[in-house]
Amino acid sequence: MSMLHIVNKSPFERNALASCLSHASKGDAVLLIEDAVLGAVAGSQVAHLLLSALATQAIYVLSEDLAARGMEPNRLVKGLQVVDYSGFVDLTVQHDKNQSWL
Amino acid sequence: MAVKKFMYVNRKAPYGTVYALESLEVVLIAAAFEQEVTLAFLDDGVYQIVRNQNPKLLGMKNFSSTYKALGDYDIKQLYVERESLIERGLTEDDLMDITYEDEGDDWAEKSSLTIVSRAEMAALMAAQDVMFSF
Repeated sequence: MSMLHIVNKSPFERNALASCLSHASKGDAVLLIEDAVLGAVAGSQVAHLLLSALATQAIYVLSEDLAARGMEPNRLVKGLQVVDYSGFVDLTVQHDKNQSWL
Repeated sequence: MAVKKFMYVNRKAPYGTVYALESLEVVLIAAAFEQEVTLAFLDDGVYQIVRNQNPKLLGMKNFSSTYKALGDYDIKQLYVERESLIERGLTEDDLMDITYEDEGDDWAEKSSLTIVSRAEMAALMAAQDVMFSF
């Protein structure tokens, strides 16, 4: 039983990402979409949260939302994986359930 | 139909946005489907069940009393995250008395609220079949 956690809020405005990461279980996956992708940039204030979460969870970032915001995938914290919309669909299929952190 | 474990996750304060009220309405609908329903209150969601709410001057409906009626809908598992209370300067005493009548114990009135740690909340989430996020 694993869960896909979906975060869509900027971590600089809301605590959704931090709360998500402190409730995700080992083997879960986290997908950053919409404004949440902004936290994935290397050097961001929340980069350390993502790095420590990578020890127990896979973290994905939606490419379309990065592109829309002018962020190249090579700017991201190392270890994060970039997926497109069809990859998003695959993630929802690969996990038993999902939870949105609004 | 097999009974599934449904969790409603409440993370927003009431009145500022419509999330809390919408969650409560969906929970009441879901009660009709006879699934195992759990409510989680964490982050600003803990403000939803604080005592003495009075939004009358805002021209808004005080829906906080509805939480007290959840027991009548057989919803009696309300989990509140301790760290979220502490971070906000709140204690269990700030929360409403939300109870249910235990039919297996001569209809004794018991609290529906359980205070859990963040780690316990994470484990509860992992044990669910379906999550609804508000």
